[in-house]
Amino acid sequence: MAPPEAAAAQSAPPGPDGPGDPAAPPAPVLEAVGVSKRFPGVVALDDVSFTLRAGEIHALVGENGAGKSTLIKILTGVHRPDEGELRLGGEPVAFHRPHEAQQAGISTIYQEVNLVPLMSVARNIFLGREPRTRLGLVDFRRMHRETAELLGGFGITADPRRPLHTLGIGTQQMVALARAVSVRARVVVMDEPTSSLEPREVETLFRVTGDLHARGISLVYVSHRMDELYRICDRVTVLRDGRLVHTGDLADTDRVRLVSMMLGRELARVRKEAAEGHDDGRTPAAEPVLTATGLSRRHLLDDIGLDLRPGEVLGLGGLLGSGRTETAKALAGALPLDGGEITVGGRRLRRISSAAAIRAGISLLPEDRKAEGIVPGLSVRENIVLAALPRLSRFGFISRRKQDRVVDIFMKRLRIKAAGPEQKVGELSGGNQQKVLLARWLCLEPRVLLLDEPTRGIDVGAKAEVQTLIDELAAEGLAVLLISSELEELVEGADRIVVLRAGSVAGELTGDDVTEGGLLTVLAETAPDAVPQPAPEAGDPPDAPAQAEAEAEAEDAPGAEGEPDGVPDPRKEDPR
Amino acid sequence: MKSLADTALPAPAGPPPPLTVTAEPRPSGRQRAAELLQRQGVLAVLVLLCVISSFLFDSFATLDNTRGVTIQASFLSIVALGMTLVIVTGGIDLSVGSVFALGGVVAAWASQYGFLPALLLPLVVCGAIGAINGLLVAKAGMAPFIVTLASLLGARGLLLALTHEGAKTYLVPRGSAFQKLGGGAVWGFGYPVLIALALFGLGGLLLQRTSFGQALFAVGGSGDAALLMGLPVARTKVLVYTLSGLLAGFAGALNAARLSSGVTIIGVGMELDAISAVVIGGTLLVGGAGSVSGTLWGVLLLGVIQNLINQIGSLNSSYQSVVSGGFLIVVVVAQRYLSAARRGT
Ligand SMILES: Nc1ncnc2c1ncn2[C@@H]1O[C@H](COP(=O)(O)OP(=O)(O)OP(=O)(O)O)[C@@H](O)[C@H]1O
Ligand SMILES: [Mg+2]
Repeated sequence: MAPPEAAAAQSAPPGPDGPGDPAAPPAPVLEAVGVSKRFPGVVALDDVSFTLRAGEIHALVGENGAGKSTLIKILTGVHRPDEGELRLGGEPVAFHRPHEAQQAGISTIYQEVNLVPLMSVARNIFLGREPRTRLGLVDFRRMHRETAELLGGFGITADPRRPLHTLGIGTQQMVALARAVSVRARVVVMDEPTSSLEPREVETLFRVTGDLHARGISLVYVSHRMDELYRICDRVTVLRDGRLVHTGDLADTDRVRLVSMMLGRELARVRKEAAEGHDDGRTPAAEPVLTATGLSRRHLLDDIGLDLRPGEVLGLGGLLGSGRTETAKALAGALPLDGGEITVGGRRLRRISSAAAIRAGISLLPEDRKAEGIVPGLSVRENIVLAALPRLSRFGFISRRKQDRVVDIFMKRLRIKAAGPEQKVGELSGGNQQKVLLARWLCLEPRVLLLDEPTRGIDVGAKAEVQTLIDELAAEGLAVLLISSELEELVEGADRIVVLRAGSVAGELTGDDVTEGGLLTVLAETAPDAVPQPAPEAGDPPDAPAQAEAEAEAEDAPGAEGEPDGVPDPRKEDPR
Repeated sequence: MKSLADTALPAPAGPPPPLTVTAEPRPSGRQRAAELLQRQGVLAVLVLLCVISSFLFDSFATLDNTRGVTIQASFLSIVALGMTLVIVTGGIDLSVGSVFALGGVVAAWASQYGFLPALLLPLVVCGAIGAINGLLVAKAGMAPFIVTLASLLGARGLLLALTHEGAKTYLVPRGSAFQKLGGGAVWGFGYPVLIALALFGLGGLLLQRTSFGQALFAVGGSGDAALLMGLPVARTKVLVYTLSGLLAGFAGALNAARLSSGVTIIGVGMELDAISAVVIGGTLLVGGAGSVSGTLWGVLLLGVIQNLINQIGSLNSSYQSVVSGGFLIVVVVAQRYLSAARRGT
């Protein structure tokens, strides 16, 4: 872990009550006082006050669309509040652009876009603060070296020269994290940083937050995963429908109460609903609807074989990079294969392509929903029915009535918070966009549904609803493949779990073995034995010719490499 | 779904999974080949075309012909350099043809007052037009296509007003230093060729090796992300359109010096040639990726095609447009396949 020690020297600016009185809470670093923000048709924030104290990790929670991201965007200069003011170290401030907030020492990982996909990893990390040679040119050698060191500290050995979009989304998220913590900051804001991370990457993230905490940096942390909040956060602020519901110490608030405040429902009801759970009274058919054999793709998949029966939920387990997403893609025809066969309903697919898979009744909810799926300019209704249009139309005419009915059902069941079905999806909150995509695939009524991380970024209330929906679909005879990096979700949701390792099937759990313990055992068995952490330099050889020419000129300026520990030059990033 | 009531206590999520290292799969050979082809494909085509032509036409691979082709290409190349930077940001500059002509006329008019006015006045005028383009795009949020279409018309109008509807042609004084700038040569290669090469060298440094260049890529790759990362997006846009105006005006001035007069009917449709050269050179029209070297090869490729058609002699030179158009389509189609291959789908 090598975020710059540059930030270590930071301490909170002395507040009005100052040090000395041990009982007084630490001085506030960043405050929003009575802020309101309206968008056409919605009040995103209504007279919300928020106080971030020096050195604390502050959880910001609420349902999808409650206004968390909006508050963060106001705190970091993306939006201006319609009413209310911001205070930095007790002094009123106004940020006109994100740049100004960054200059003031606020570093942010936003929920949606953070990085530029076409640019290399190193360029993304250093964008806007590139190290220079003595001639004032960008020092790529140093940039690549420092990037490798920085990422090495996060357990990632991606080539700094690789274009960002060629990395998995978890790794991309870690790059965003590396960027955010490598600037000199006194406040770090993270808007759902873990929603696209694997458990192991989450551990890395917590190491980083612990590190920042130890250095007295204040954090704002947004997540829908309760156990994360209780693990790392000190205080909590709950928003509901744009209004402040509660602020206080997290230790004083138990989970059920927190959830009931978020959902705005009675404690007793939350308890009751939670206790009901669901019993799966399903009996999977004996004959598989989908059989895959020998799926292979160089470096990714090696002779994968699977059966999926109607009426069952098959979980796909495995560690990061074990090939779960690739397997799902292969089944949906979205990954070109070197070999393998897929049989659906007794008929072998002659050419494995997306079109053939869809025709055969296989549909895939992709993992990377930012890149694959959402059409921000279209309305909620259009996005939901997009894939189901052939089913909802007759002779090429689209039945608007059927559409509206489907859309209405899913908006209600998944609690999609929008001004109406005609609102543009791009204007919805992150979690609600996820729900719209989920609705799109659920309303397709396929024979085989492949769900890659279906509840990512979705709030607790809706999550339970999604899981019930999946159960219902399976009970109706659908075959479901479920991928989730949350062990609990996988174990609760699946009837059977196939565990992958390094692109091939490593084990299977059935019946009573489908427990978290059982899964962990198989995972531990299949884990590659203690891979030594290679030095960053031992990463990928520089095989991308991309910057070859630029590299040739980077030989100058030996003086520019004087930084021994590869920490970004703090002089260039002085917040003030 | 574990019931919420059960989990009222912060439950540790089991033992942490073993810590291994995330190694991303290397790009496949196919991806790398596609990347190389996208970057250097034009150069390969250019070299191939030159080799074939030198066998077919005796007069092709001569020093004289090379001098001719390069001087012809030098003016377009300077314009296309600015266009490359604009397109990398995801924008477009349709005004460059008119600005090129305006720069020539202003330079010819100012050349009566000496070398410096002849050089600087067109830069001031054309830079200002570029800056206005940039301000309208960046601050008023207007579409680059519309803004620069308007200034294409505006600059042409200004030019006609300056020349009394094109009736008056300003001449560059014979034997003046300014005329030498356009007409002089080293080893037979005109100054404009050398200047263009120098500008491409600087342009390459600017795009690849400066923070400004990084910002251009970021703005074109994802404007939202660039803004959230705290980059000066608006300033970058204003600067890039200003630069494009400056380069177009400068190319116009050089051309006037070479022709010894401010020709008014010049530069019509030049923006399209420049855009073609940029796209053929591998720069993505949607922004976010590109190189100035590719543009240089693109301009030369267009120049060589023109030259070959002249060599054949029996062909009308309008065929040049047909051939270049064909090339453009091939390149754009190839780009789609290549970027698909690079994504590994
Ligand atoms: N640019 C915008 N235009 C219109 N409405 C918007 C815009 N941005 C946000 N909203 C609305 O503001 C409300 C709050 O959105 P916000 O993104 O803050 O929610 P959130 O709490 O972050 O939810 P999530 O957990 O899903 O990320 C939503 O109803 C959303 O539709
Ligand atoms: Mg949000």
